[in-house]
Amino acid sequence: MLYRETGQFKRNYAADQQLFPIFQDKILLAAILVVALAIIPFVINDYWSKAILLPFMVYALVALGLNILVGYCGQISLGTGGFMAVGAYSSYKLCTAFPELNLIFVILFSGGCTAAVGVLFGLPSLRIKGFYLAVATLAAQFFLIWMFNKVPWFYNYEMSQITAPPREVFGFLVSGPQAEPAAQYLFVLGFIIVFTWIALNLVRGRVGRSWMSIRDMDIAAELLGIRPLQTKLLAFAVSSFYIGMGGAIIFHIWLGTVEATEAFDILQSFFVLFAIIIGGLGSVLGSFLGAAFMALMPVGLKVVLVDWIGMVPVTAKHIEFMLVGSLIIFFLIKEPHGLARMWQIAKEKLRLWPFPY
Amino acid sequence: MAEAQVIDSGGVNPPSGSVDTRTIGDPVLAVENIIVKFGGVTAINDVSFDVRKGEIRAIIGPNGAGKSSMLNVLNGFYKPRSGQIKFAGKTFPSMDPYYAASHGIARTFQNIALFRGMSTLDNLMTGRLLKMKSNFFWQCLYFGPAQKEELENRAHVERVIDFLEIQPIRRTPVGRLPYGLQKRVELGRALAMDPDILLLDEPMAGMNVEEKEDMSRFIMDVNEEFGTTVILIEHDMGVVMDLSDRVVVLDYGVKIADGTPDEVRANQNVIDAYLGVSHD
Ligand SMILES: Nc1ncnc2c1ncn2[C@@H]1O[C@H](COP(=O)(O)OP(=O)(O)OP(=O)(O)O)[C@@H](O)[C@H]1O
Ligand SMILES: [Mg+2]
Repeated sequence: MLYRETGQFKRNYAADQQLFPIFQDKILLAAILVVALAIIPFVINDYWSKAILLPFMVYALVALGLNILVGYCGQISLGTGGFMAVGAYSSYKLCTAFPELNLIFVILFSGGCTAAVGVLFGLPSLRIKGFYLAVATLAAQFFLIWMFNKVPWFYNYEMSQITAPPREVFGFLVSGPQAEPAAQYLFVLGFIIVFTWIALNLVRGRVGRSWMSIRDMDIAAELLGIRPLQTKLLAFAVSSFYIGMGGAIIFHIWLGTVEATEAFDILQSFFVLFAIIIGGLGSVLGSFLGAAFMALMPVGLKVVLVDWIGMVPVTAKHIEFMLVGSLIIFFLIKEPHGLARMWQIAKEKLRLWPFPY
Repeated sequence: MAEAQVIDSGGVNPPSGSVDTRTIGDPVLAVENIIVKFGGVTAINDVSFDVRKGEIRAIIGPNGAGKSSMLNVLNGFYKPRSGQIKFAGKTFPSMDPYYAASHGIARTFQNIALFRGMSTLDNLMTGRLLKMKSNFFWQCLYFGPAQKEELENRAHVERVIDFLEIQPIRRTPVGRLPYGLQKRVELGRALAMDPDILLLDEPMAGMNVEEKEDMSRFIMDVNEEFGTTVILIEHDMGVVMDLSDRVVVLDYGVKIADGTPDEVRANQNVIDAYLGVSHD
């Protein structure tokens, strides 16, 4: 009786098309927002911020971006790491060239730069599909990382490692070594909330349907008047925008110092791809679940296996690899829609409980 | 002909002598001397015919005769080797898919081509895409013009849903629907476009008698109530003879007959083609 839509009638299409039509979902969302906005900022410390909350949030943003391209539009990409690097390096160039520019705009413009690069590398998608497109984006990954490492202009002719200068937003220091964990957390949370809301709006409207129609049956989509190239490029642009913002936030807020070859290598691309496969392709919620899983599972395993049981860290790491590997296989075979789908099934069961028939 | 009687109850069937309230107008679409080749295979060989406003025009012929290829030419998937297409007052060497879609040509496919991961409602809403114009900014906010047109088009789609009697499956992902319903949803998606010309590639293939009757009724209602011109490929001769005003018969890519159902039925070439008289 806890989770029901029975009795919640919709009297018009506007009510039927809301984001969270079921009352209990609204309560849950409100509870999460209260915890995130009114409780966590007061109890957060450096460990929780750097080891748990920031990684979860930035990967959620990046996973959301990749999910738009892969899960909603059906275009495969292995260039995520490269696009994150574009975000990080363009934010570095922007904030060193315009020291007065507010960090919010720096991050938004970095997203814009990444979107432009994403569109460029998305152009081949008109001609090539699936495996071949994956290889083309892989080339983007290697080319971009090579470029950021080899062209001194990108790291201002200093060391190839770049370091985020201290910046204030609304009087709070959010970047640099002295930054307050609570301020950093709230800064990133702001981006997460706004851009999750935008993603939800896009995928439930005209744009989202045009992406999904290309994913599911591009021939039929074309006959409905959907232009494949524009639609795919828009997906590349929006996706890269999110990924670029994620890269910029990783650089400015989470890590503070990055080197392209290390922070944004091909393993990052796989990491985010695994996150959306485990979380659920074509699902906003899935991006969050997958990011939570991929970012938090290693921390949890370390606490349990190393700190409690006293296992050697290397062995714990191997167990982590095996766990992720087998889960990927499990989800690809058994539940391509990932954790998000499992959550949905659980809700459907709950709806019938206690009288399943 | 029990089936025919059910269909006739709509009262639109000229051959059966009931009252036809429709007005058939001038040709709205015509192909002239179309040739389509795939490597050595000539799928369509010098075929010409026209389609008049408001009529139901059938294309029939044995397997591999080039019927589906003809529809693909009409909405721009196949580019003919030679010949021309007259449509919307213009003459084209080949059609552009976007032009066809934006000028009122909708279609269904022989092998269902639905968006399998999307719900029935979203499939139909995708059919409204050309009518939705609000810009990306409003789409991001789902507010103002974006929300307004979303609701307007939803109302339109709901009318199609009511018309096709598919209310209970509104929220079901179409991949989970049985075959007959998928065919119906696909018709719904085409109807959601508000088409002037509807191309239907074997809409009743693989259906049982009851489903065929439903589908025939939908096609006739669309044609009668909205004046939609229908080009129909169908293997079931009973259905073709009952529904259509004029019939084109293709065989091995060549047009072998063209006329009213009665004329075509009496045509010796057609009888030979269907009885499999050898072609040498
Ligand atoms: N894309 C293609 N590539 C190669 N050959 C094709 C292609 N499309 C059609 N053909 C060939 O063209 C001929 C006509 O095919 P088409 O599908 O138009 O026939 P049809 O009349 O629709 O047949 P059916 O009743 O079986 O659907 C066939 O020989 C087919 O093999
Ligand atoms: Mg065919």
